[in-house]
Amino acid sequence: MEYYRPQHLKRVLQLLGGGKGKAKLIAGGTNVIPDLRGKTIQPDALIDLSHLKSLSYIKEGNKSIRLGALTTIAQMASSKVIKNYAPILSEAAQQLGNPLVRNRATIGGNLSDASPAADTAPPLLALDARIITENATNNKKAIPIDQFFKGPNQTVLKRDEMIKEIIVPKWTSPHIKTAYIKLGLRNSMSISVISMALWIDVEEMFCKQIRIGLGAVAPTPIRALKTEEMVTGKEITPDLIEACGSELKKEVRPITDIRASAEYRREMASVLFKRLIERVTFEQRE
Amino acid sequence: MSKTKLYPLKININGVWKKAKVAPEESLLKVLREKLGHTEVKEGCGKGDCGACAVLLNGKPVNACLTLALQADQQKVVTVKGIGTPDRPHPLQESFVKRGAIQCGFCTAGMLVSAKNLLDENPNPSRDEIKKAISGNLCRCTGYKKIIEAIEEAAQKIRQTIYDKR
Repeated sequence: MEYYRPQHLKRVLQLLGGGKGKAKLIAGGTNVIPDLRGKTIQPDALIDLSHLKSLSYIKEGNKSIRLGALTTIAQMASSKVIKNYAPILSEAAQQLGNPLVRNRATIGGNLSDASPAADTAPPLLALDARIITENATNNKKAIPIDQFFKGPNQTVLKRDEMIKEIIVPKWTSPHIKTAYIKLGLRNSMSISVISMALWIDVEEMFCKQIRIGLGAVAPTPIRALKTEEMVTGKEITPDLIEACGSELKKEVRPITDIRASAEYRREMASVLFKRLIERVTFEQRE
Repeated sequence: MSKTKLYPLKININGVWKKAKVAPEESLLKVLREKLGHTEVKEGCGKGDCGACAVLLNGKPVNACLTLALQADQQKVVTVKGIGTPDRPHPLQESFVKRGAIQCGFCTAGMLVSAKNLLDENPNPSRDEIKKAISGNLCRCTGYKKIIEAIEEAAQKIRQTIYDKR
């Protein structure tokens, strides 16, 4: 196996495009190293991104926050900008893995690993984030996050393409509420059993727009589009919440694994939705 | 898979620069233990669940099993031996012994590394902050109570030292 430690993005992309057998990008290593050890991946070369300091940043713009792909989860968890403008992303970062893992794991790695349970995905889906990629011929793309995941550990990224940054819109309207829940088997170091992030534009119980991001209930992190459609443009009533819960159970496609059964996950999708809706509409009903 | 090449590694461990030749896929943990003689860093699960192999990499606690040795090239690593010595132990090391926060001792090296980072950043942590800081370190003997008490005691000692210096 060969090892490269490029100092610049340009060189990374050259290496990816160079076609030197199978090359694997490694950032924090918290996913790649167990895969190497378990021989579930056997690359010909490792391209170590840990020295690409230029891709480690959290920048606040007028309308969005830009996160460099190499930003660590620990940096996100302690960022005031993220806490202020994307609190559900901040919560998810604070609950990912454990402190030792958060110091290494990166946002780009969490997304390109594309675990169905990727912790940063549900909030980013709810926040309607975009993923900026670049390839060997310096072609840049802005991929809406709901089009990024293709299957368990599969994304739309081509072999010569990598994530450069993530753009998270700043939602500043007072009518926009967000909430997040992750269910795990324990508090620390747990892979989520199911997680849900909610973004809603709501005024006096009337829902103008809603986005529901879900983790660990389908082959990829998903949006619950059918359920979203049921709520959009409607008055939120107990009956509607009940109906949405039933729709969500149909919309998710969970599996049974060592952490939970498919039935449990399906049931909890509906329960979490009710909890989150109650949380975000609590002030409206006061 | 093609034949694995070896690459030169130069790493600062507890203040001393050391060299080795390592393969790309070798973890920092394996190289510390098997090539550089730092067996005070323990291997528990080997996949980031237990924290027994925690070391400070440029001041931040990380799992050495989830870091490539080559990712620590030219960087600073501190192991439990770099935190204090038998002659001049760190307040944490003293209070772990005094409070009986050690039974089999296997998690201790990693626990101390996580606790050291916590007290460096926050010499007055709440019980909850202590629990969070060591949440990546598993202990199967003491049930954490004595460990948490030991960290609290060390924090108090450190605050006293800071106060005395003023």
